[in-house]
Amino acid sequence: MIRILVDPVACDAYGYCAELLPESIALDEWGYPVVDGTPLPPELVSAARRAARDCPRRAITLRERKSSH
Amino acid sequence: MPSAGDTLATTARYRLLGHPADLAGHLAALGPAPLPSNASRGWREAFSAMLEASGLAGRGGAGFPAAIKLALAQNGRPGGTIVVNGMEGEPASDKDKLLLIRSPHLVLDGAQLLAAATGSRRVTVCVPEGREQVATAMQSAMEERVAMRSAPTPEVLVRPPDRFVAGEESALVRWVETGQSLPSFRPDKGIALRIGRHGALVHNAETLAHVAMIARTGPEEFRSSGLAEDPGTSLITISGAVVHPGVVEVERGTPLIDIARRAAPSGEPQALLVGGYGGAWVDPADFDTPYASLSLRAIGATAGVGIVIVLGQNACGLMESARIASYMAGQSAGQCGPCVYGLPAIADDMIRLARGEADPGLLVRLQRRLSEVEGRGACRHPDGAVNLVRSALQVFSTEVRAHVSGTPCAHWSRSTQLRFPAGAWGARP
Amino acid sequence: MSSTTLWYVTRASGLMAMILLTLTMVLGMTTTTRARARHWPGFAQQELHRRISMIAVVFLAIHVLTSVLDTYVNISWAAVVIPFTSAYGRLWVGVGAIALDLMIAVFVTSLLRARMRPGTWRAIHWLAYLSWPVALAHTFGMGTDAGEGWVIALGAGCVLAVAVALAWRIRQSIRQASARAARASVAGVPPKHLALTAPNERGPSHA
Repeated sequence: MIRILVDPVACDAYGYCAELLPESIALDEWGYPVVDGTPLPPELVSAARRAARDCPRRAITLRERKSSH
Repeated sequence: MPSAGDTLATTARYRLLGHPADLAGHLAALGPAPLPSNASRGWREAFSAMLEASGLAGRGGAGFPAAIKLALAQNGRPGGTIVVNGMEGEPASDKDKLLLIRSPHLVLDGAQLLAAATGSRRVTVCVPEGREQVATAMQSAMEERVAMRSAPTPEVLVRPPDRFVAGEESALVRWVETGQSLPSFRPDKGIALRIGRHGALVHNAETLAHVAMIARTGPEEFRSSGLAEDPGTSLITISGAVVHPGVVEVERGTPLIDIARRAAPSGEPQALLVGGYGGAWVDPADFDTPYASLSLRAIGATAGVGIVIVLGQNACGLMESARIASYMAGQSAGQCGPCVYGLPAIADDMIRLARGEADPGLLVRLQRRLSEVEGRGACRHPDGAVNLVRSALQVFSTEVRAHVSGTPCAHWSRSTQLRFPAGAWGARP
Repeated sequence: MSSTTLWYVTRASGLMAMILLTLTMVLGMTTTTRARARHWPGFAQQELHRRISMIAVVFLAIHVLTSVLDTYVNISWAAVVIPFTSAYGRLWVGVGAIALDLMIAVFVTSLLRARMRPGTWRAIHWLAYLSWPVALAHTFGMGTDAGEGWVIALGAGCVLAVAVALAWRIRQSIRQASARAARASVAGVPPKHLALTAPNERGPSHA
């Protein structure tokens, strides 16, 4: 179960994550990412890793959870 | 108004208020704090068990079980700090100021006990800049304790800035460490706070006072008041359209309207605001809801900080909520986009609504903004504001309909019944 | 490899590194926030910035390696990182060493980015702004090809590109700062129409 986690303090609304992962990440009216916290479908994981790497503020991380709670 | 020290309207003997303020009187009335001469493992385990048996939950707003917080703090290495949170950022709250002036030794005893339980090296008492009466009282109390050797762990007073988020526990710890009052992003609350390499256990002043009383009287006495699932007493500041505003001590589970009546409302309340500016409005239909975490959550409110504000009949709940939203927007720490941009936008919508100047899409836009901002800050500050506004739209739904169609109530332009501090609208750091 | 060949490779790789570093700088300075994925996605520019910097590092490594291995002039390994200690071309090889040191710092911290505080990483990354003019000075100070027309044109092109990017960047920063100030000033003044009474600070009262 891999989930996307956004650090809201680090985030500066570059928006690259939403470009790379439009299926999972939308931008609010001010350009900040809205992530619903549900597990990523496996086919989106590599795009998510790319988003985490490309974020200029390193605000996106991927969290591994063994169980869902 | 009846003094809480005289009548609690129950037969319970447990109480925080009404004990002597000076150290000699405190010791004579309550005896010394049951601190160990050396904090052995056995003592610490017994202390933790006692705290768990009492069911004490934090009185700073989050309501987190004190025993679990202690267990998390004990996971780290010893030699840390007990942080006494006397910041009380909610403008409508006076209970901590009162406690620190009237019962400083109870609060400090609680900190000493937790210091022994965690092997901490220091007790850091936080009183905001500008609150000189409280600071002086704490300073004198601490000097008394040094003179009478009642403070085995050294106690120090510090003065963080007087802002709403400065009392948020991660912001407080960050300020002690770096001088910057900024909340941290903590996705994993199970990891204890730290100052440098050592742990920091932060507790609201009232919670510490309860710890000190429970350690003296035993958990059963604490549980003899309140409810089984929410035991003990709480200090509540009552304000608004009342004749005798002030702080009362009530048993958890007391119906909200009974609490409000202790301050003699000037008329039949239009609504109650419970939990502070990050809390929620309560409709008259729910006035007999018990003041307890679960009961309040069931009606979309939170116990939050012990605050009950009475909204009088000749007031506009929407405009008061707009003022609160503006205040909360101005008090953002300024770190997270959704809070920095979202709260002012929400406040703006509320102001328009309250003035009867709503555009056709306002309600839809406001609801969208509320659900978007919620949960997307590093701390709970935006969540509190969102909850407050949401509850306003619900409790004042009749008024919303009138205001939206351009026919607002007659009261929106009246002066506020709420309290806002002088520097409320200061720019963010 | 003959000394002449090494010498040609040194000069060529040095010029390539200078061009690629300039490109890296420009791509880095012109990143935008509020990216909108139309024709030029923000993430693409970010990745380009990173990848071109890697290629620049490769050319830089070749440049340094060949200059040391070339026996015709005496440049020791140490002289490459310790400024002004080279037997040959003490001043300008030294300037190159400064540029190299700065770039090593930027490169290494970027590899170890996950393990350091963001503020520290950011501060060291800003050294790149310093390394570029130093590298440019080294390129023309060494003098080997500096007289050639096309090399001068190349240098002028690099300077122009960075100057334009810098101007753009400064304008962005001013815009963002004034937007932030506007927000702060709004939050600093109690809106008149909220009809607040005079501040009602009061001390605690017990029932």
